[in-house]
Amino acid sequence: MSNDILVIAEHLGGKVADISYEMVGKAKELAAAWGGQAIAVMLGSGMAEQAGTFASDATLYVDDPALAEFNPEAYGRVVAALVEEKSPRLVMFGSTSVGMDLAAWLSVKKDMPCVAYVNDLTVEDGELVATAQIYGGKMAAQCVPQGDAAVVSVMAGAFPADAGRGSTAAEQIASPADLSDLKVRFVQMIMPEAGDVDITAEEKLVAIGRGIGSEDNIELAQELAEALGAELAASRPITDAGWLPKTRQVGKSGVTVKPKLYLMLGISGAPEHLEGMKDAELIIAINTDENAPIFDVAHYGATQDLFDVAEAMLEALE
Amino acid sequence: MNIVVAIKHVPSTADELELNDDGTNLDFDEVDFVLNEFDEHAIEQAVLVKEAAGGEVTVVGVDVIEELDGVLHTALAKGADKAAKIVGDIEPPINSHTHARWLADAIGEMGPDLVLTGVQAVDDLDGQIGPMLAAHLDMPYVGVVTGVSASNGSVTVHKEYPGGVMAEFEVSLPAVIGVQAAEKPPRYAPISKIRQMAKSAEIEEIDADEDFEYEGCELRQMAKPVSAGHAEMLEGDAEEVAEKIIALLEDRGLL
Ligand SMILES: Cc1cc2nc3c(=O)[nH]c(=O)nc-3n(C[C@H](O)[C@H](O)[C@H](O)COP(=O)(O)OP(=O)(O)OC[C@H]3O[C@@H](n4cnc5c(N)ncnc54)[C@H](O)[C@@H]3O)c2cc1C
Ligand SMILES: Nc1ncnc2c1ncn2[C@@H]1O[C@H](COP(=O)(O)O)[C@@H](O)[C@H]1O
Repeated sequence: MSNDILVIAEHLGGKVADISYEMVGKAKELAAAWGGQAIAVMLGSGMAEQAGTFASDATLYVDDPALAEFNPEAYGRVVAALVEEKSPRLVMFGSTSVGMDLAAWLSVKKDMPCVAYVNDLTVEDGELVATAQIYGGKMAAQCVPQGDAAVVSVMAGAFPADAGRGSTAAEQIASPADLSDLKVRFVQMIMPEAGDVDITAEEKLVAIGRGIGSEDNIELAQELAEALGAELAASRPITDAGWLPKTRQVGKSGVTVKPKLYLMLGISGAPEHLEGMKDAELIIAINTDENAPIFDVAHYGATQDLFDVAEAMLEALE
Repeated sequence: MNIVVAIKHVPSTADELELNDDGTNLDFDEVDFVLNEFDEHAIEQAVLVKEAAGGEVTVVGVDVIEELDGVLHTALAKGADKAAKIVGDIEPPINSHTHARWLADAIGEMGPDLVLTGVQAVDDLDGQIGPMLAAHLDMPYVGVVTGVSASNGSVTVHKEYPGGVMAEFEVSLPAVIGVQAAEKPPRYAPISKIRQMAKSAEIEEIDADEDFEYEGCELRQMAKPVSAGHAEMLEGDAEEVAEKIIALLEDRGLL
């Protein structure tokens, strides 16, 4: 086993995702504590330039047409081969649509323990201590992966991206794994339909979550939004139910917003939602559960029934 | 088509979560268990595929707290055809590697064409059972999927990326797919139908291989997250809270 760390970088639409830099920055710190190297690994096709943008100790760029777009099977084969070759002490993935397909798979294939949803990593007496968010952000668990090597997947936004940006020249290699006969075939990218409004451009948002209860109640939120000169945004359960269009969804699989006002009605504050709104300038949350994780992030909060507050606000605004 | 859905019973996060005495995990006697939200979607997606392509849906879970029957009956009432549970002398918490091993053994025996799991469960540390099952069963895996349609030995799936972008993949069967959301909101099962299932349904019991041990991670401590800050709470009744919010907005020139 080496003391090196492999950071599996991500990109979408030709752009390196910030999570990659966030991980590289942290990996450098951990690798230094172990006396190893933080090695950024980029898989793609025609991405040599982007592969040179990390502050890593070394960067490997695997270039193959089969890696142009993410493909869990192709990426999995390459990463498994690299792990075999380098025997790193730690493999870091993003806790993202990409990393979620690979981390646990690699953990079984290479028999390494895996910690997901990690938002802190430290080395204590040479041991890796990972803090993971569980129970929808209501609990934090500190754990020490056993054995020589581990896999982690890291939450977006947990570490600063700037620490990972730099200009280390990438070593370009051919795929170390056979990429023929894939059982998973990429067909096409599907872009979102242009929405009715672009909520990322709005200054004021009233965001509704599962607490709204039923589709009929959306009208009340809509009235409140109009009275405030705001637009409606939502958490995932609302768009999954088809009560609002998908373009209104804020979070990990939705959009990231930074409005002047984010007024939240009945949203618990799951990590996937926080990813999309935690940098809003003014966050006010109404939730009946005084222990809802959102109250750790909001600037102002009230443990109140959202319907009572919405109606009282409407009345006061008239 | 032989479709298997793995479903999990998890502590409800709607409640106050009580810790055990040494602060290493939840007090499992004090929490309510509910079906993992994404598994509702996996069940729905399985039934939709069956309705479109024909076949049979089996739901299977590890019966960690000996109360899994309820969710199995619900799944049957929603259109699953068969139910099975993995039983044994099981003391929670069980790590994901162990769950995955047990489930892979059971599911492998069922000879599935398509295995669906939820994209994730809220309770655990180890990440996802779906990719682990795929690794054990030597099948391909695609997760974070909304929408699965089957034709001629393969499925077409849509995988979600941020910002509403999706990738379409064609995946040869057999395969494991991690469902984020079904194409349609999960259907509602009437209580009367669930009761009927509870009376008539047979649940197959599969013994867990209790000798399998996996030392994944040492759980040092579990605690409510230490946050950098806490919201300033607006006190008073709803009218007062409403007035305070409006005053805040006026102060900042937002009204
Ligand atoms: C890969 C992946 C991607 C995801 N992407 C996203 C995403 O982009 N965006 C997103 O939002 N989620 C996303 N999720 C889902 C996320 O995990 C949560 O399930 C979701 O954010 C929960 O939404 P919620 O807060 O509205 O619902 P809940 O967590 O159910 O919370 C509802 C809240 O309403 C409160 N409430 C109930 N009634 C009332 C009332 N009358 N008055 C006041 N309060 C009330 C409750 O106390 C509770 O806190 C994703 C999940 C995964 C696995
Ligand atoms: N004990 C279990 N029994 C059945 N299915 C499970 C179990 N644990 C996890 N799963 C499945 O795997 C998915 C991901 O769970 P997890 O890996 O715990 O986040 C769940 O949504 C279930 O579909």
